[in-house]
Amino acid sequence: MDFIFQTWPWYVSGFLIGMVMLNLIYFGKTFGMSTNLRSLCSMSGLGKKIGFFNFDWKAQRWNLLVVLGAMFGGFVAVHFMGDASNVVINAKTIVQLKQLGIDAPNGKLLPDALFGNAIFQSPKKILILIIGGVLIGFGSRYAGGCTSGHAIYGLSSFQLPSLKAVIGFFIGGLIMTHFIFPLIF
Amino acid sequence: MKALKYILVGIVFGIVLTKSEAVSWYRIYEMFEFQSFHMYGIIMVAIATGVVGIQIIKRKNIKDIKGLPIEIIDKEPGSTRYWVGGIFFGLGWALVGSCPGPIFILIGAGFLPMILVLFGALFGTFLYGLFKDKLPH
Repeated sequence: MDFIFQTWPWYVSGFLIGMVMLNLIYFGKTFGMSTNLRSLCSMSGLGKKIGFFNFDWKAQRWNLLVVLGAMFGGFVAVHFMGDASNVVINAKTIVQLKQLGIDAPNGKLLPDALFGNAIFQSPKKILILIIGGVLIGFGSRYAGGCTSGHAIYGLSSFQLPSLKAVIGFFIGGLIMTHFIFPLIF
Repeated sequence: MKALKYILVGIVFGIVLTKSEAVSWYRIYEMFEFQSFHMYGIIMVAIATGVVGIQIIKRKNIKDIKGLPIEIIDKEPGSTRYWVGGIFFGLGWALVGSCPGPIFILIGAGFLPMILVLFGALFGTFLYGLFKDKLPH
Protein backbone atom coordinates (compact mmCIF):
# COMPACT_ATOMS: atom_id res chain seq x y z
CA MET A 1 0.00 0.00 0.00
CA ASP A 2 3.05 2.17 0.28
CA PHE A 3 2.84 3.30 -3.35
CA ILE A 4 -0.24 5.38 -2.52
CA PHE A 5 1.92 7.78 -0.56
CA GLN A 6 4.80 7.94 -3.03
CA THR A 7 4.98 10.01 -6.19
CA TRP A 8 2.94 8.10 -8.75
CA PRO A 9 5.09 7.10 -11.74
CA TRP A 10 4.50 8.87 -15.03
CA TYR A 11 3.25 5.76 -16.84
CA VAL A 12 0.58 5.08 -14.20
CA SER A 13 -0.45 8.75 -14.00
CA GLY A 14 -0.51 9.29 -17.74
CA PHE A 15 -2.62 6.17 -18.24
CA LEU A 16 -5.11 7.25 -15.58
CA ILE A 17 -5.41 10.76 -17.05
CA GLY A 18 -6.09 9.16 -20.44
CA MET A 19 -8.76 6.97 -18.81
CA VAL A 20 -10.38 9.99 -17.16
CA MET A 21 -10.72 11.56 -20.60
CA LEU A 22 -12.06 8.34 -22.18
CA ASN A 23 -14.57 8.08 -19.35
CA LEU A 24 -15.87 11.56 -20.08
CA ILE A 25 -16.07 10.70 -23.79
CA TYR A 26 -18.04 7.58 -22.85
CA PHE A 27 -20.39 9.80 -20.85
CA GLY A 28 -20.97 11.68 -24.12
CA LYS A 29 -18.89 14.67 -23.03
CA THR A 30 -15.50 16.16 -23.77
CA PHE A 31 -12.35 16.83 -21.76
CA GLY A 32 -11.56 20.50 -21.17
CA MET A 33 -11.00 22.30 -17.89
CA SER A 34 -10.71 25.89 -19.09
CA THR A 35 -14.31 25.88 -20.36
CA ASN A 36 -15.28 26.07 -16.70
CA LEU A 37 -13.74 29.52 -16.48
CA ARG A 38 -16.11 30.66 -19.20
CA SER A 39 -19.05 28.99 -17.44
CA LEU A 40 -18.17 30.76 -14.19
CA CYS A 41 -18.07 34.09 -16.05
CA SER A 42 -21.48 33.37 -17.55
CA MET A 43 -22.93 32.36 -14.21
CA SER A 44 -21.98 35.75 -12.82
CA GLY A 45 -24.31 37.35 -15.35
CA LEU A 46 -21.75 38.59 -17.89
CA GLY A 47 -23.84 37.07 -20.68
CA LYS A 48 -26.16 40.07 -20.58
CA LYS A 49 -23.34 42.43 -21.48
CA ILE A 50 -20.91 40.36 -23.55
CA GLY A 51 -22.09 38.03 -26.28
CA PHE A 52 -19.27 35.52 -25.70
CA PHE A 53 -20.69 34.73 -22.27
CA ASN A 54 -24.25 34.48 -23.49
CA PHE A 55 -24.34 30.71 -23.88
CA ASP A 56 -26.11 27.87 -22.16
CA TRP A 57 -23.69 27.31 -19.30
CA LYS A 58 -26.19 24.95 -17.70
CA ALA A 59 -25.29 22.46 -20.44
CA GLN A 60 -21.77 22.63 -18.95
CA ARG A 61 -22.88 21.90 -15.39
CA TRP A 62 -21.44 18.39 -15.66
CA ASN A 63 -17.99 19.95 -16.19
CA LEU A 64 -18.35 22.07 -13.05
CA LEU A 65 -19.15 18.84 -11.19
CA VAL A 66 -15.92 17.33 -12.52
CA VAL A 67 -14.06 20.35 -11.17
CA LEU A 68 -15.82 20.09 -7.83
CA GLY A 69 -14.76 16.45 -7.61
CA ALA A 70 -11.21 17.37 -8.64
CA MET A 71 -11.03 19.93 -5.82
CA PHE A 72 -12.10 17.27 -3.34
CA GLY A 73 -9.63 14.82 -4.90
CA GLY A 74 -6.86 17.37 -4.45
CA PHE A 75 -7.82 17.83 -0.82
CA VAL A 76 -7.77 14.09 -0.16
CA ALA A 77 -4.48 13.58 -2.01
CA VAL A 78 -2.68 16.42 -0.25
CA HIS A 79 -3.98 15.76 3.26
CA PHE A 80 -4.17 11.96 3.37
CA MET A 81 -1.93 10.60 0.63
CA GLY A 82 1.17 12.75 0.90
CA ASP A 83 4.63 11.94 2.17
CA ALA A 84 7.72 13.99 2.99
CA SER A 85 9.55 12.07 0.26
CA ASN A 86 7.36 13.60 -2.49
CA VAL A 87 8.37 16.03 -5.25
CA VAL A 88 11.89 14.79 -5.84
CA ILE A 89 13.08 17.06 -8.60
CA ASN A 90 16.43 17.21 -10.35
CA ALA A 91 19.26 18.39 -8.06
CA LYS A 92 20.34 20.81 -10.80
CA THR A 93 16.87 22.32 -10.81
CA ILE A 94 17.10 22.92 -7.06
CA VAL A 95 20.42 24.75 -7.44
CA GLN A 96 18.97 26.92 -10.21
CA LEU A 97 15.90 27.71 -8.12
CA LYS A 98 18.10 28.74 -5.22
CA GLN A 99 19.75 31.29 -7.48
CA LEU A 100 16.30 32.66 -8.28
CA GLY A 101 15.54 32.86 -4.57
CA ILE A 102 12.99 30.04 -4.65
CA ASP A 103 12.96 27.43 -1.88
CA ALA A 104 13.51 23.71 -2.55
CA PRO A 105 10.46 21.39 -2.46
CA ASN A 106 11.32 19.15 0.56
CA GLY A 107 8.07 17.29 0.02
CA LYS A 108 5.99 20.40 -0.78
CA LEU A 109 4.06 20.71 -4.05
CA LEU A 110 4.48 24.48 -4.28
CA PRO A 111 7.30 26.84 -3.29
CA ASP A 112 6.64 29.06 -0.26
CA ALA A 113 8.34 31.87 -2.17
CA LEU A 114 5.30 32.06 -4.46
CA PHE A 115 2.47 30.25 -2.67
CA GLY A 116 3.19 30.56 1.04
CA ASN A 117 0.61 32.62 2.93
CA ALA A 118 3.32 35.27 3.49
CA ILE A 119 2.95 36.31 -0.15
CA PHE A 120 -0.24 38.17 0.79
CA GLN A 121 2.12 40.80 2.24
CA SER A 122 4.06 41.17 -1.01
CA PRO A 123 2.40 43.28 -3.71
CA LYS A 124 4.92 41.93 -6.23
CA LYS A 125 4.04 38.29 -5.54
CA ILE A 126 0.33 39.07 -5.56
CA LEU A 127 0.77 40.74 -8.94
CA ILE A 128 2.76 37.78 -10.29
CA LEU A 129 -0.01 35.34 -9.39
CA ILE A 130 -2.76 37.55 -10.81
CA ILE A 131 -0.87 38.21 -14.05
CA GLY A 132 -0.13 34.49 -14.40
CA GLY A 133 -3.83 33.82 -14.01
CA VAL A 134 -4.78 36.47 -16.57
CA LEU A 135 -2.38 34.95 -19.10
CA ILE A 136 -3.84 31.49 -18.48
CA GLY A 137 -7.45 32.64 -18.73
CA PHE A 138 -6.95 34.87 -21.74
CA GLY A 139 -4.63 32.44 -23.53
CA SER A 140 -6.75 29.36 -23.01
CA ARG A 141 -9.89 31.04 -24.32
CA TYR A 142 -8.04 32.64 -27.24
CA ALA A 143 -6.50 29.27 -28.14
CA GLY A 144 -9.83 27.54 -27.48
CA GLY A 145 -8.48 25.16 -24.87
CA CYS A 146 -5.77 24.35 -22.36
CA THR A 147 -3.61 21.37 -21.50
CA SER A 148 -6.60 19.07 -21.13
CA GLY A 149 -8.58 20.22 -24.17
CA HIS A 150 -5.70 20.62 -26.61
CA ALA A 151 -2.69 18.63 -25.36
CA ILE A 152 -4.62 15.55 -24.22
CA TYR A 153 -8.02 15.53 -25.94
CA GLY A 154 -7.00 17.37 -29.10
CA LEU A 155 -3.76 15.50 -29.74
CA SER A 156 -5.31 12.10 -28.99
CA SER A 157 -7.84 12.76 -31.73
CA PHE A 158 -5.16 14.02 -34.14
CA GLN A 159 -6.33 17.62 -34.43
CA LEU A 160 -3.88 19.89 -36.21
CA PRO A 161 -5.13 23.07 -34.45
CA SER A 162 -4.34 21.41 -31.12
CA LEU A 163 -0.80 20.67 -32.24
CA LYS A 164 -0.31 24.35 -33.07
CA ALA A 165 -1.73 25.36 -29.69
CA VAL A 166 0.46 22.88 -27.80
CA ILE A 167 3.60 24.07 -29.61
CA GLY A 168 2.47 27.59 -28.66
CA PHE A 169 2.11 26.48 -24.99
CA PHE A 170 5.72 25.29 -25.05
CA ILE A 171 7.07 28.38 -26.81
CA GLY A 172 5.36 30.55 -24.17
CA GLY A 173 6.57 28.35 -21.33
CA LEU A 174 10.16 28.33 -22.54
CA ILE A 175 10.16 32.12 -22.97
CA MET A 176 8.85 32.51 -19.43
CA THR A 177 11.25 30.15 -17.64
CA HIS A 178 14.36 30.98 -19.67
CA PHE A 179 14.04 34.70 -20.40
CA ILE A 180 11.47 36.28 -18.11
CA PHE A 181 12.19 34.42 -14.83
CA PRO A 182 15.71 35.86 -14.52
CA LEU A 183 14.17 39.34 -14.86
CA ILE A 184 11.42 38.97 -12.29
CA PHE A 185 12.99 36.75 -9.63
CA MET B 1 -26.53 9.28 -9.76
CA LYS B 2 -26.20 11.33 -12.94
CA ALA B 3 -24.24 13.98 -11.09
CA LEU B 4 -22.32 11.52 -8.98
CA LYS B 5 -20.46 9.95 -11.90
CA TYR B 6 -18.99 13.30 -12.88
CA ILE B 7 -17.97 14.03 -9.31
CA LEU B 8 -16.33 10.60 -9.08
CA VAL B 9 -14.38 11.10 -12.31
CA GLY B 10 -13.36 14.51 -10.98
CA ILE B 11 -12.13 13.01 -7.70
CA VAL B 12 -9.97 10.51 -9.60
CA PHE B 13 -8.67 13.34 -11.80
CA GLY B 14 -7.81 15.48 -8.77
CA ILE B 15 -6.04 12.63 -6.97
CA VAL B 16 -4.08 11.54 -10.06
CA LEU B 17 -2.95 15.05 -10.92
CA THR B 18 -1.85 15.64 -7.34
CA LYS B 19 -0.14 12.29 -6.80
CA SER B 20 1.61 12.52 -10.18
CA GLU B 21 2.72 16.01 -9.07
CA ALA B 22 1.47 17.47 -12.35
CA VAL B 23 -0.07 20.15 -10.12
CA SER B 24 3.36 21.03 -8.75
CA TRP B 25 4.93 24.34 -9.76
CA TYR B 26 8.30 22.58 -9.39
CA ARG B 27 7.42 19.90 -11.94
CA ILE B 28 6.37 22.48 -14.52
CA TYR B 29 9.58 24.46 -14.02
CA GLU B 30 11.64 21.28 -14.24
CA MET B 31 9.82 20.34 -17.46
CA PHE B 32 10.52 23.69 -19.13
CA GLU B 33 14.17 23.36 -18.07
CA PHE B 34 14.27 19.89 -19.69
CA GLN B 35 15.65 18.50 -16.45
CA SER B 36 13.22 15.63 -16.02
CA PHE B 37 11.29 13.22 -18.16
CA HIS B 38 8.45 12.96 -15.62
CA MET B 39 6.00 15.51 -17.08
CA TYR B 40 6.76 14.54 -20.68
CA GLY B 41 6.13 10.92 -19.76
CA ILE B 42 2.77 11.77 -18.18
CA ILE B 43 1.61 13.82 -21.17
CA MET B 44 2.79 11.26 -23.73
CA VAL B 45 1.23 8.26 -21.96
CA ALA B 46 -2.03 10.19 -21.50
CA ILE B 47 -2.09 10.97 -25.23
CA ALA B 48 -1.16 7.38 -26.17
CA THR B 49 -3.96 6.05 -23.95
CA GLY B 50 -6.34 8.53 -25.57
CA VAL B 51 -5.26 7.62 -29.10
CA VAL B 52 -5.81 3.90 -28.49
CA GLY B 53 -9.14 4.50 -26.74
CA ILE B 54 -10.49 6.87 -29.38
CA GLN B 55 -9.44 4.50 -32.19
CA ILE B 56 -11.25 1.64 -30.46
CA ILE B 57 -14.34 3.82 -30.04
CA LYS B 58 -14.25 4.81 -33.72
CA ARG B 59 -13.51 1.39 -35.19
CA LYS B 60 -15.97 -0.54 -33.04
CA ASN B 61 -18.59 2.22 -33.19
CA ILE B 62 -18.88 2.14 -29.44
CA LYS B 63 -21.92 4.02 -28.16
CA ASP B 64 -21.90 6.34 -25.20
CA ILE B 65 -23.59 5.68 -21.86
CA LYS B 66 -26.99 6.70 -23.26
CA GLY B 67 -26.57 4.52 -26.37
CA LEU B 68 -25.87 7.48 -28.66
CA PRO B 69 -23.02 7.46 -31.16
CA ILE B 70 -19.84 9.06 -29.84
CA GLU B 71 -18.77 12.14 -31.70
CA ILE B 72 -15.31 13.64 -31.43
CA ILE B 73 -15.83 17.31 -32.20
CA ASP B 74 -13.13 18.74 -34.45
CA LYS B 75 -11.49 22.02 -33.47
CA GLU B 76 -12.15 24.89 -35.83
CA PRO B 77 -9.45 25.17 -38.47
CA GLY B 78 -7.17 28.18 -38.15
CA SER B 79 -3.72 29.26 -37.10
CA THR B 80 -3.35 32.68 -35.47
CA ARG B 81 -5.59 32.00 -32.51
CA TYR B 82 -3.83 28.72 -31.74
CA TRP B 83 -0.28 30.07 -31.99
CA VAL B 84 -0.88 33.39 -30.25
CA GLY B 85 -3.39 32.10 -27.70
CA GLY B 86 -1.10 29.14 -27.08
CA ILE B 87 1.90 31.37 -26.36
CA PHE B 88 -0.12 33.53 -23.94
CA PHE B 89 -1.28 30.40 -22.18
CA GLY B 90 2.25 28.98 -22.02
CA LEU B 91 3.60 32.16 -20.43
CA GLY B 92 1.01 31.89 -17.67
CA TRP B 93 1.39 28.13 -17.29
CA ALA B 94 5.12 28.46 -16.64
CA LEU B 95 4.76 31.52 -14.39
CA VAL B 96 2.29 30.09 -11.90
CA GLY B 97 3.03 26.44 -12.67
CA SER B 98 -0.54 25.39 -13.16
CA CYS B 99 -3.10 25.10 -15.89
CA PRO B 100 -6.86 25.49 -15.29
CA GLY B 101 -7.42 21.98 -13.83
CA PRO B 102 -4.67 22.28 -11.23
CA ILE B 103 -5.78 25.81 -10.25
CA PHE B 104 -9.04 24.32 -8.95
CA ILE B 105 -7.37 21.20 -7.55
CA LEU B 106 -4.86 23.25 -5.55
CA ILE B 107 -7.54 25.56 -4.17
CA GLY B 108 -9.45 22.46 -3.08
CA ALA B 109 -6.27 21.21 -1.41
CA GLY B 110 -6.12 24.43 0.58
CA PHE B 111 -3.47 26.56 -1.13
CA LEU B 112 -5.14 29.92 -0.64
CA PRO B 113 -2.79 32.06 -2.81
CA MET B 114 -4.10 30.03 -5.77
CA ILE B 115 -7.35 31.98 -5.39
CA LEU B 116 -5.44 34.99 -6.78
CA VAL B 117 -4.55 32.91 -9.84
CA LEU B 118 -8.20 31.91 -10.23
CA PHE B 119 -9.32 35.54 -10.05
CA GLY B 120 -6.71 36.39 -12.67
CA ALA B 121 -7.85 33.51 -14.89
CA LEU B 122 -11.49 34.60 -14.66
CA PHE B 123 -10.46 38.15 -15.48
CA GLY B 124 -8.37 36.90 -18.42
CA THR B 125 -11.35 34.92 -19.70
CA PHE B 126 -13.47 38.06 -19.33
CA LEU B 127 -10.88 40.08 -21.29
CA TYR B 128 -11.00 37.56 -24.12
CA GLY B 129 -14.79 37.77 -24.21
CA LEU B 130 -14.58 41.54 -24.26
CA PHE B 131 -12.05 41.78 -27.10
CA LYS B 132 -12.94 38.62 -29.00
CA ASP B 133 -14.23 40.40 -32.10
CA LYS B 134 -11.20 42.67 -32.32
CA LEU B 135 -8.64 39.86 -32.08
CA PRO B 136 -7.28 38.06 -35.14
CA HIS B 137 -8.34 34.41 -35.18
